[in-house]
Amino acid sequence: MQAPTYMDYSATTPVDARVASKMAECLTTEGTFGNAASRSHYYGWQAEAAVDKARKQVADLVGADPKEIVWTSGATESNNLALKGIAHFYKKKGKHIITLKTEHKAILDTCRQLEREGFEVTYMSPLPSGLLDIEEFKATIREDTILASFMHVNNEIGVIQDLQAIGDICRENKVFFHVDAAQSVGKLPINLSELPVDLMSFSAHKIYGPKGMGALYVSRKPRVRLEAQMHGGGHERGMRSGTLATHQIVGIGEAFAIAQEMMAEEEVRTRGLRDRLYAGFSDMEEVKVNGDMEQRIGNNLNISFNHVEGESLMMAINGIAVSSGSACTSASLEPSYVLRAIGLPDELSASSIRFSVGRYTTEDDVDNAIKLVREKVEKLRELSPLWDMYKDGIDLNTVEWAAH
Amino acid sequence: MAYSEKVMDHYENPRNVGKFDPKEDNIGTGMVGAPACGDVMRLQIKVEDGVITDAKFKTYGCGSAIASSSLLTTMVKGMTLDKAGEIKNMDLAEELALPPVKIHCSVLAEDAIKSAIRDYQGKNPIDDFGNYHEIKA
Repeated sequence: MQAPTYMDYSATTPVDARVASKMAECLTTEGTFGNAASRSHYYGWQAEAAVDKARKQVADLVGADPKEIVWTSGATESNNLALKGIAHFYKKKGKHIITLKTEHKAILDTCRQLEREGFEVTYMSPLPSGLLDIEEFKATIREDTILASFMHVNNEIGVIQDLQAIGDICRENKVFFHVDAAQSVGKLPINLSELPVDLMSFSAHKIYGPKGMGALYVSRKPRVRLEAQMHGGGHERGMRSGTLATHQIVGIGEAFAIAQEMMAEEEVRTRGLRDRLYAGFSDMEEVKVNGDMEQRIGNNLNISFNHVEGESLMMAINGIAVSSGSACTSASLEPSYVLRAIGLPDELSASSIRFSVGRYTTEDDVDNAIKLVREKVEKLRELSPLWDMYKDGIDLNTVEWAAH
Repeated sequence: MAYSEKVMDHYENPRNVGKFDPKEDNIGTGMVGAPACGDVMRLQIKVEDGVITDAKFKTYGCGSAIASSSLLTTMVKGMTLDKAGEIKNMDLAEELALPPVKIHCSVLAEDAIKSAIRDYQGKNPIDDFGNYHEIKA
């Protein structure tokens, strides 16, 4: 079997070979295997130097001070540390938190836990474009709101929130602002020395670094304090204990440094591929792009093919590795909560595909994907009684279905 | 999801895909399911002298739903209406080796043939031998 073409870079990316070789230098006897916390010998100093270099590489990409970077095991941990850390530290100041229904589960589930601990969370609905309604956000802020958390770029529909506008409102109202930037860092310019953002989560594996590695930006000016969630040797200025994983840290540092170098060029290239992909479908009937097409990251296309069923569509296009709008491992469809929140009916979200292209995607990959998807959608539509009815001019919303 | 070879065969090469004019007297049409549930099956039979001479289907649904309806069309051709009305979902499920979570697809196919027979009998209350059909619920 020929391996399917990978078009799921928003799920994860392969480690860049340059990153992998740097990481490999931090493992064995000949390498930088020391404990960065060992202050008494060469091996420790060597590891500390590697960690410091990586911290600067990460900070440089996002316009932060290296002292503002806290290592974590990934964006999920960063999100947990940011939300729980702020909520626990500032609980006397207030108990209200604001977020969006389309956030990643690492935010939503953490908010659920904080609700169980007595905090109150408002889960705002996005506009049909997927963007936050800024005026509604203003109106949602209360006297006791301590924290707002919004993702920079949505993982499913790729829409970009206006961090400056949201952050300005947060500052005016003395509300801490956390941003999950797992999908944007290294793809969009971020300058934290100017952005009114207090905390920002990063992941390494979304931009050609290793899995199991992330970072949290914690602003020093204005100063933001956190209650640690992981206790131990007081690493990372007490915010996150645990022996530093030198090879992982060197991996995120190198990945971020390469991203800084390639970002501008890569943005143009991936956007070109995405636009080529979209152009390949745009003349088809009954297709719909999900999420705002303007305020959108360049490598993402989330598109629904109406009147074909999601599971059979995914089965038909197994020559490409993409994400679907539903988890269909069980008998029942579980439509994406993100697509549902922007108003898509469940059957349409089930026949949605998220394409995300990246560093190793070629024009041939895109052209083959267009050919495959068009062919299979047409085949399934030929098989679909709903397509027949649509072609006969029947409004499917007026049909009384014999639901089972 | 790992499908059986038979499901894959019917999914890749579905038999008897198409549509008869539902207004014709000798055609029975059964449409079951709902888009929101993820399956809609339309099964049609052509009847002559009480025997199903042809069958066609279109299905919006997963691979198992497509395979169940495709297999059904091959089975009913040549059957009397009474015989076709006796087909049970497990006959399809066993033939296709459907996993437990996909049994409902075969149930839908059974509903579809029963519904098509009812539709035909409703249009043709007296059978070709001059007797009234006993319309089953």
